[in-house]
Amino acid sequence: MLKINDLHASIEGKKILKGINLEVKAGEIHAIMGPNGSGKSTLASVLAGREDYEVEQGSIEFTGKDLLELAPEERAGEGVFLAFQYPVEIPGVTTINFLKTATNEIRKYRGEEPLDAVQFLKRMKEKTSLVNISQDLLKRSLNEGFSGGEKKRNEVFQMAMLEPKLAILDETDSGLDIDALRIVAEGVNQLKSSENATIVVTHYQRLLEYIVPDFVHVLFDGRIVKSGTKDLALELEAKGYDWIKEEVAAAQ
Amino acid sequence: MSTIDKLNLKSTLLEQFKTFENTLNGKSQKPIHKIRQQAIQSFDGLGFPTTKHEEWKYTNLGKVLKEAYAFGQTSPLQKADIEQFFLPNMPKANNIVFVNGVYQPALSQIVSSEDVLVVKNLEEAYDTHTALVEPHFAQLANSEEEALIALNTAFVQDGVFIHVPANKVVEEPTVLYFINDARNENVGVQPRSLIVIEKGAQATFVDKTDTIGGQASFSNAVMEVVVEPNARMTHYKVQNDQPNASYVGTTQVKQASDSYYANTTISLNGGVIRNNLNIALDGSNVESNMFGLYMLTGNTHVDNHSVADHLKPHSLSNELYKGVLDGKSTGVFNGKIFVRQDAQKTNAYQQNRNILLSDNSSINTKPQLEIWADDVKCSHGATTGNLDEEALFYLRSRGIATNEARALLIHAFGNEIVDKIELEPLRIYLENLVMERLEVQF
Repeated sequence: MLKINDLHASIEGKKILKGINLEVKAGEIHAIMGPNGSGKSTLASVLAGREDYEVEQGSIEFTGKDLLELAPEERAGEGVFLAFQYPVEIPGVTTINFLKTATNEIRKYRGEEPLDAVQFLKRMKEKTSLVNISQDLLKRSLNEGFSGGEKKRNEVFQMAMLEPKLAILDETDSGLDIDALRIVAEGVNQLKSSENATIVVTHYQRLLEYIVPDFVHVLFDGRIVKSGTKDLALELEAKGYDWIKEEVAAAQ
Repeated sequence: MSTIDKLNLKSTLLEQFKTFENTLNGKSQKPIHKIRQQAIQSFDGLGFPTTKHEEWKYTNLGKVLKEAYAFGQTSPLQKADIEQFFLPNMPKANNIVFVNGVYQPALSQIVSSEDVLVVKNLEEAYDTHTALVEPHFAQLANSEEEALIALNTAFVQDGVFIHVPANKVVEEPTVLYFINDARNENVGVQPRSLIVIEKGAQATFVDKTDTIGGQASFSNAVMEVVVEPNARMTHYKVQNDQPNASYVGTTQVKQASDSYYANTTISLNGGVIRNNLNIALDGSNVESNMFGLYMLTGNTHVDNHSVADHLKPHSLSNELYKGVLDGKSTGVFNGKIFVRQDAQKTNAYQQNRNILLSDNSSINTKPQLEIWADDVKCSHGATTGNLDEEALFYLRSRGIATNEARALLIHAFGNEIVDKIELEPLRIYLENLVMERLEVQF
């Protein structure tokens, strides 16, 4: 589904990604871990098409298409979804209106008929139960005055509504209490199918107790320096990142 | 260059005043004419303001006045010509029509009963309703310092006097349509109105200026508003005129204790527009709201000048003006809050927020606070920026194309003001105009 090949990216002249290689197949969950500043969020942003980053080298292929050629909205149309680390507050736009617009724009991109109000509300009702999000919250301005947990649940709710092929969760677990974390993780698990894939970007192993990854990758200094199974995450939790840094230093 | 032309317009108007005086015959002895004579002297002394005048620094009237305008022109406009400007979905409304600045009873329609709403020719009302007119007319709006108020006052004749008697509630909205007939030549018009809402009474007003025909128009409007104790007035102003229609308007409001006045000014199209909204909170427990939205393109210039003058304790003024400027449009916001020494426990809030969509658009914003009392809560602030890039990316990442995402954000920004409009048909009308402007449907 996703093939990242030798990806180099920078922001304001500063090199952040220095040769990422990653392949994600349908039905898989990949966790990307690493210390702060290793480039995890940059990778997520580049996948979603944030224009602040400059891709200097390499390629990203998504379901056979050159992802780097596509605008952010086209990527969404193709089925890429980024759950933001810091969801943006947008005063004056209710979550409902926003999602209705987004749903129908994506349907338009795919050549599908727009959902009418009844169909949309029915679908929304189904999905709200998934992340235990209240209808009242959805009638409010998007993320405005939401708690941290509410914002993250809203991200997963949007993911449920838009049914992406590839979901990228950028530190969705950071700052959540255990109940919120469980709700978010359960939502993600229920959305999992053999047709879609998930990339979980996280700093902490804790999330991976709830979302069990097929693969764990360690990102350090702009490269994936180690890949393994979920056991690698446990090892990182127990030993921290220093031993990885030492291994990298020794290899150089 | 324009100085000479302006001098010409000024001397033309002074000449015109003499001619006007000669037509008055016996009427020239009336008290209202004494007011006119004082006003023309003030105008003569003051002259049209230039950009050297502190309050006109960013609004260049010279550009507007270098055109020749025919003042005092009569017009053959009929009901069929003006109905196109009527607000939709308001079958039950009091329509008060002005053509070229002159109140036209024949084209107006009052649906409210006469014991609830009195609408009269202003000069006639000076005689028939002296006790209600004399203390206020030309007393609220200051001819001694403001040249354009003086000019309007000097030529006052067929204005309108609107009166809501004590404890009456006017259920129907009252809409003042100021229609300018510029089909044959550039016209200058000077509509004048006095609104008195007596104690405990309540009414909603809309005013809307439109120009018919392709020539330029210049409006110099003055409205004086008296809101007596415990009375309520809601006032909307719609500005969606053609690009060569320029407008200077002063709304001078005086509020007594326990009264409420709310003004919402929506400016979408026009030439050079200057709105002066001056409110004297002359009582305790007064509430004044001033809301505005200007969404501009092309070369439109909108200058909103406001004054909230807190004279007595325990009052609240709340002001929020928002602007979205595109093309080569320019905006000015100047909001003054005065809190006089007696006005303890005043709450006064003022905000001006702007989004600039193009490199060629600009805004000059100046909030001003002058506080002589010591126990008050006041805040003011102004922001100007571009559309929030982070929000734009968030929307795009959810599949919403750039243009739609921009429209969604601009709509949300402006809607904070439009949403405050309680008069539903007007709110819907303006929501649609805003969406037309953004070329989207939500």
